Amino acid sequence: MGLKGRDVITLEDFSVNEILKILDTARDMEKLLLKKRKMDLLEGYILATLFFEPSTRTRLSFESAMYRLGGSVIGFSSAEGTSVQKGESLADTIRTVEKYSDIIVLRHPRMGAARLAAEVAEIPIINAGDGSGHHPTQTLLDLYTIRKARGTLEKLNIGLLGDLKYGRTVHSLSLVLSKFNKKLYLISPEMLKMPQEIIHELNEKGVETIETSDLEAVLPELDVLYVTRIQKERFPDIQEYERVKGTYKITPELLDRAKDTLIIMHPLPRVDEIDYRVDRTRHAIYFEQVQNGVVVRMALLALILGVIE
Amino acid sequence: MNENEYERELRVRKIKDGTVIDHIPAGKALAVMKILGLTGKEGNTISIVMNVGSKKLGKKDVLKIEKKELRSKEVNAIALIAPSATINIIRDYKVVRKYKVRVPKEITKVIHCSNPACITNYREPTIPKFKVIKTNPLILKCMYCGRYTLEDDVIKQFEVSTA
Repeated sequence: MGLKGRDVITLEDFSVNEILKILDTARDMEKLLLKKRKMDLLEGYILATLFFEPSTRTRLSFESAMYRLGGSVIGFSSAEGTSVQKGESLADTIRTVEKYSDIIVLRHPRMGAARLAAEVAEIPIINAGDGSGHHPTQTLLDLYTIRKARGTLEKLNIGLLGDLKYGRTVHSLSLVLSKFNKKLYLISPEMLKMPQEIIHELNEKGVETIETSDLEAVLPELDVLYVTRIQKERFPDIQEYERVKGTYKITPELLDRAKDTLIIMHPLPRVDEIDYRVDRTRHAIYFEQVQNGVVVRMALLALILGVIE
Repeated sequence: MNENEYERELRVRKIKDGTVIDHIPAGKALAVMKILGLTGKEGNTISIVMNVGSKKLGKKDVLKIEKKELRSKEVNAIALIAPSATINIIRDYKVVRKYKVRVPKEITKVIHCSNPACITNYREPTIPKFKVIKTNPLILKCMYCGRYTLEDDVIKQFEVSTA
């Protein structure tokens, strides 16, 4: 089972064993990091981070992961000031940057951009989000967080809440969860329901999908509640956004109905969907998620560049 | 030759060598040409017969392409809009091969992804590719963005451009 040289476009391309291998390696990285803040596993390697769309966590955690492993980073955090503004195609940008680096992390507003990049590039491409498409490394860190908190990925009642239409993290996550769970709660306003192609795929994989807009009704059953922001920037029509913003708000009072062991996750940034008072409850693990992002990306970089097996 | 036969002869005369696509649903011949990438600028004679009587379909279109033998790989894409079509390969006025079109497992080039945010709809050196998820009604899955393009979207793509 080799991960060396693989592109990471969507986790759909990976087997359960390969995903578990990445999560196990991340656990090792977490232990190593407690002993030593900097390693030399990737010394001499260069990571290029090409971010055509803004990002805080994903880009910084990739950079942090690369530095922790002793490697170097080049790249840009917006298309401004690059040849892209002069009209260069993504394909040409990729063909150029691959001559400067050993691995590329790409975030792009167009869906399928990472797939295209992987087709033209000789070196591995990691998708860091392609519009409303996939965001596999977020999914990996989500899986890592669930497994760390609950000790397993199987037989859990997991609810995805919020913007299920445009939110790419929930698209990726739901499809991968289907490898471990055969039931999924999809909680959203009517207007922001999960796209039919994803529901179709989930059902094809034997997953029972429970679609509802009523969070309170299903909350007592949940082991994991994955909250997402309603993303203003993805709405074609701002009036539609105004109609659904603030639909859900998780408060300590609401959580009285939940299981004691419920964990609440969020890919962040949050706006007002989780009350700040929830941060202090035992349910909140979203900042732990952030920390897990670094070790998961360390594991991925080391495995794909082939310095560990 | 009676009048009917004469009329028939005029409309659908036999060709010497080439391909006859028969049993195209009435009104779809131009869209079929478009899928095959035939523009009329190729130089060979192409006869389009539209809305002629058919026992099987009531009315049908027929396309005759002279001096060109289409391979099944090339023509299968027309199954997207003309699943009833039959292909006849003609040599020296005789049908030497006859087959029905089959919806292929994958479609390339012919269709555009209906998702406006898909990278294949931008200026990039890429060819749209789809996996056929289902036929009748048709569902195609874009191999780049993963979104579905449905039968209605496909028909619309060819209707607009041939109107």
